[in-house]
Amino acid sequence: MIILEELTKRFDDLTAVDHVSLEVGEGEVLALLGPNGAGKTTTVRMLSAILRPTAGRAIVAGYDTVRQPRQVRRHVGVLTEAPGLYLRMTGREYLTFFGRVRGLEGAGLRARIEALAEQFQMAPALDRRLGTYSKGMRQKIALMRTLIHEPPVLLLDEPTSAMDPGSARLVRDAIHRLRDGKRAIVICTHNLPEAEALADRIVIINQGRVLVKGTPEELKDRLLGAPPLRLTVGRTVDMTLLTLVGAFGQVLDYGRRWVRLRMDAGASRAALIRTLVKADWPVEGLAEEPRSLEALYLRVVEGTYTLKEAA
Amino acid sequence: MDWRERWRETWRGAWILAQREIVDTLRDWRIIAPIATLVLAFPFIANFAAMEGMKFVNKYGAELIMERLFPFLMLVVGFFPSTFSLVIALETFVGEKERRSLEPLLATPLTDLQLYLGKLIAATLPPVIASYVGMLFYMLLLGFSLGWWPSLPLLAVAFALATAQALVMVTVAVIISAQSTSVRAANLLASFIIIPMSFVLQWEASLLLFADFTALWMIALFLLVAALLFARIGLRMFNRERLLGRELDRLDFGAFLRAFLDGVKVRGSLRQLYTEEIPAIVRGMRRELRFTLLMMVGGGLLIAAWGAWRFPLPTSLLQMPDQPLTMEQLAQEAVHARLVPSFSVGAIFLHNVQALLVAALLSLFSLGIAAQLLLIAPVALIGYLALQVPRLGMNPLLFLVALVAPHGLFELPAVVLTTAQAMRLGLILLAPAEEGGGFVGLGRELGAFVKLFLAVVVPLLLVAALVETTVTPRLAVWLINGALAF
Repeated sequence: MIILEELTKRFDDLTAVDHVSLEVGEGEVLALLGPNGAGKTTTVRMLSAILRPTAGRAIVAGYDTVRQPRQVRRHVGVLTEAPGLYLRMTGREYLTFFGRVRGLEGAGLRARIEALAEQFQMAPALDRRLGTYSKGMRQKIALMRTLIHEPPVLLLDEPTSAMDPGSARLVRDAIHRLRDGKRAIVICTHNLPEAEALADRIVIINQGRVLVKGTPEELKDRLLGAPPLRLTVGRTVDMTLLTLVGAFGQVLDYGRRWVRLRMDAGASRAALIRTLVKADWPVEGLAEEPRSLEALYLRVVEGTYTLKEAA
Repeated sequence: MDWRERWRETWRGAWILAQREIVDTLRDWRIIAPIATLVLAFPFIANFAAMEGMKFVNKYGAELIMERLFPFLMLVVGFFPSTFSLVIALETFVGEKERRSLEPLLATPLTDLQLYLGKLIAATLPPVIASYVGMLFYMLLLGFSLGWWPSLPLLAVAFALATAQALVMVTVAVIISAQSTSVRAANLLASFIIIPMSFVLQWEASLLLFADFTALWMIALFLLVAALLFARIGLRMFNRERLLGRELDRLDFGAFLRAFLDGVKVRGSLRQLYTEEIPAIVRGMRRELRFTLLMMVGGGLLIAAWGAWRFPLPTSLLQMPDQPLTMEQLAQEAVHARLVPSFSVGAIFLHNVQALLVAALLSLFSLGIAAQLLLIAPVALIGYLALQVPRLGMNPLLFLVALVAPHGLFELPAVVLTTAQAMRLGLILLAPAEEGGGFVGLGRELGAFVKLFLAVVVPLLLVAALVETTVTPRLAVWLINGALAF
């Protein structure tokens, strides 16, 4: 649904996007992560045929963004970083305007607005001026504008920014449902738990270049290694236990009745438990500790993970 | 899809956008309150001024003066609301960009033409309607208080002028707005249109005193042509990339100076200067040269013909001298008629240099219009005189050949080249930096202007002044005395 081939954008002496190649399929959600100025918004603007690439190309919903920009814009819904609303219009007028611009008219458009208002719990506020809306409501109306023409491709720049937890949840649920509708969705976000919850694949970019891409689990395995384990025992930890555990992997940390360890490649968790039980250690639990996307992100963006390493 | 369907589709999108923007404008009290005040209160003030003026001039039996001022006040009443088109148009792109509502609009399938047209309509319609209402209101007040009703031609030309003025302001403002990165910067740049528009208003006022509608229609036509030209420039420059691409206006004085020096610098020998560099500069301003020639021949001759038709020289002024004329007498006459400051090579040369430099300077602040107007004036005067001399039994062609051609052969190319180059200077700020325009472009064009002026215009003017003080008067004396002999 979305194909980027060596997509590049230069502004004078600044390369905002540098040879980015990606693919996003139907029903897939891709999260574009990166610090401010990484090139996320420029990429989205090129995908929505607002900016022309300096080199490379992008195909969106089957249309070339340079040769068929109108077709691309017809098939794309863009949620911009700032809601960018006309504050003197009511919510209904605003949605009607964008619906008409996209070729919707009459009863069909009215029904679509009502359905969206229902979905986003915005019906009571629809006839109020946008200037009276809260930040979260403004973001929701902007998202409704993005969805008004039911586009097959969605480009969402910070979709839940400025939203209260309830509204953010509502939007996340909506994005889940949209994925079910076979849409290709690209989300630019700084909200890492959100990216992890929503995205099938993650791309981290910095200074216009793709640093890593893959599913969250793939990336974690590759960059953070095997998940650390937490062993809980029924007695106070002593050197005997640490020696036994050390034979299976590296002890990372320990407390009164727990040990954190990372197992060696090929070492078996079952064998470890058997060994401990045999040595009369009351094993209460052995569980994987979650690896955070934040740790992965910081490792990539803050430079401990280098492009050389990626290559 | 045939052109009709395409046009219908273009119009549909543009109108949806225009409707939204008009509604938005009508809901903004900061725009509506002053417009309403101008529309409702200003006609009262103008009417009061008209009545008081009438009372005053009645004492001296000079009612005609006031009657000629009524239409001028009508134009003023119409002009003020129409200036809001400038404010609204400046808001259209850069205002939306600043409020960050532009990007969602740019992400829609609306074409650049639809966006441009929609915003053009939205910026023009409310102020122009306000202008019409204000003028009608003033007309009714004046009609009922003083019993003065404008003629239909006056009414038509006043409405046409209000519309044309608004269109010029909007088309230029859209160019400025599309180029600026903040409303503040756009407002500052907008002075470039206010200055020439105030020239035009003064021009209209002086023509109204002569109650000359033909000239006013010509101004309206001229403004419409200018609006079309600016619309074309605006549309060519308008694109999504430019609207969103830049975040910062930079005035890079270093780059400006480098561009200027690069423009002035003579790259090779003197021969190369005249065979390569100067022809390259002239080739680069072909479009402006064509326009200048058109304005000079078309505009100048049209005004000359109209002047000769409407205001023929009184017979008392059209008298040949009784005695054969001497060179000294002719020189005195020329100075007396203020055709030249003093009859010497230096004075004529300096006068011409000064006039051309002032024209170029004014062009910088008037989108090149000032230089064109200053070119038309002498051409119109010469044409006017040429059309009067047949009444003396003199062949106008002979008049031109003897009195204009000798020095005109050198002076006219110099004037045309400077005017065309001055027009470039005036328009370069409107061109985007990526296409060689903007501040750095101005530096380069200024450099080219200086080079052309020093290398070509100054020598031509020097030769022209020499010919004007030596050859032309001899030919003139010969012509006049010859005519006397007949």
